[in-house]
Amino acid sequence: MNNVIALAGVVIKELYRRKDFYVLFVLTALITLLLGSVNFFNDPKIVRYLKDICLLLIWISSLVIAITTAARQIPAERENRTIFPLLAKPVTRGQVIVGKFTGCWLACGFTLLVFYVFFTVVSGTREQNWNLEGILKMVWLHWVMLGIVVAMVLCGSIVFSAPSANITICFIVVVGILGLGRYLHRVALQQGEPVDTVLSVIYFAIPHLEWYDVRDFLVYDQHLAPWVDCGLATLYGAAYMVFFMCVAWVVFRRKTLTV
Amino acid sequence: MSDVQGTSNSVVEIKGLRVEYRARTSGQTTKVAVKDLSFSVRAGEVFGFLGPNGAGKTTTMNVLLGFVNATGGEACLFGVNVREPIARQRIGYLPELTYYYKFLTAEELLRFYARVFGIPRGEADKRIDLLMKLVELEHARKRPIKTYSKGMQQRVGLAQALINNPDLLILDEPTSGLDPLGRMKVREIIQRLKNEGKTVFFSSHELGEVETVCDRVAIINQGELKVEGRVSDLVAQYQCDLEKVFLKIVGYQPQPVS
Repeated sequence: MNNVIALAGVVIKELYRRKDFYVLFVLTALITLLLGSVNFFNDPKIVRYLKDICLLLIWISSLVIAITTAARQIPAERENRTIFPLLAKPVTRGQVIVGKFTGCWLACGFTLLVFYVFFTVVSGTREQNWNLEGILKMVWLHWVMLGIVVAMVLCGSIVFSAPSANITICFIVVVGILGLGRYLHRVALQQGEPVDTVLSVIYFAIPHLEWYDVRDFLVYDQHLAPWVDCGLATLYGAAYMVFFMCVAWVVFRRKTLTV
Repeated sequence: MSDVQGTSNSVVEIKGLRVEYRARTSGQTTKVAVKDLSFSVRAGEVFGFLGPNGAGKTTTMNVLLGFVNATGGEACLFGVNVREPIARQRIGYLPELTYYYKFLTAEELLRFYARVFGIPRGEADKRIDLLMKLVELEHARKRPIKTYSKGMQQRVGLAQALINNPDLLILDEPTSGLDPLGRMKVREIIQRLKNEGKTVFFSSHELGEVETVCDRVAIINQGELKVEGRVSDLVAQYQCDLEKVFLKIVGYQPQPVS
């Protein structure tokens, strides 16, 4: 555990020293300005649209940060050869994967916190409506979803040789799941064999990231699922995180690393 | 740092080691990098591992460090199979080139590695101070490694290799690319470690340096062990200095200069 925490610390340090979070702060400022401009419109419903846009921005930027950060972790270790002094210590390859995952996931969590704190403060002061429980659930589910994405991308970074290929494939898969994942089984029902079976298998095999997208509930002031359901969604997400990291570990432990 | 118990006096033990790589060129299925290599390094000695480029030195070191899995044979550190991460608890490794997180400062890098070894914070602080003095980087300890010169980076490398007060130091061409002053410093540190009873296993092309600091050497060529023994014995047997011994063993024929 000590090794995992130490590795995660290095990942986080690298991220803020590489100034990646500048993107985060620029976007946060953009969101703040957008929400701050509500007074210029005399339509009370405009706040909803702006909230929708802001949440979409938060989702896009968090996915960009999660995917690009996770994708370069292990390839950069290999390319810069920092993996050699590291593995010459009593560190297992499994710990490297878990440490990288933890670092990326925590960094994403920090990013989300900054985003949502701004979002909550600005939208709360404009609407005079502080739905803190709803926002807390949304942040939590969003973070769990990013955990699945980070684990998937880390796994991809070991399987695919080029980070750019991994980033592209992961973006397509994530956007595909978010956009089409929920309709796959319906489409499957309308198809003949073997497309029906193939689509059904894909539907049940993919991690349903769209289940974690509860933006509409918040924008339209609907009640979010109870905490028990959030807990179940967390378990579902954890199962996929473990699965992707296990695959990554199995592949990585067999890789020959040559100085 | 001594919770791994060795089973014999040998710190490094290699028996019948064979490493094959999948060849990328057509017509060949595998490339044998190391063939039935066997030797051992005893506690407290400075052991030079020599051979021309491509002889299999780095591959052997990669096996010892767990980067590459052996195709056959066995390699142990302190009696523990190198596949076990605990085998690396008592070793320090200095790669040929500096491969460190350049966004960290030297102090942060050493703290990170100390944490990996499970060294308590107080003890780590003391060791970091001591090592910074040893490698003469006290003035630059708070600067990111990316701002260091090559010599300074190599010295950070040496400091990280010593952070756990290792019983065995594995050095891959430690003086490569260093100026004479840097080389002298590394040599002094090796000598100092030897006096402290540490075992040093290192590869080098600087045969004069090897002759000065090593107790024993092994020379390999094309993946096979050609000779192993005390430096003084080899020099006496071949009646020439180590460089000429090396050239004879690897089969170098001087070409007449026209």
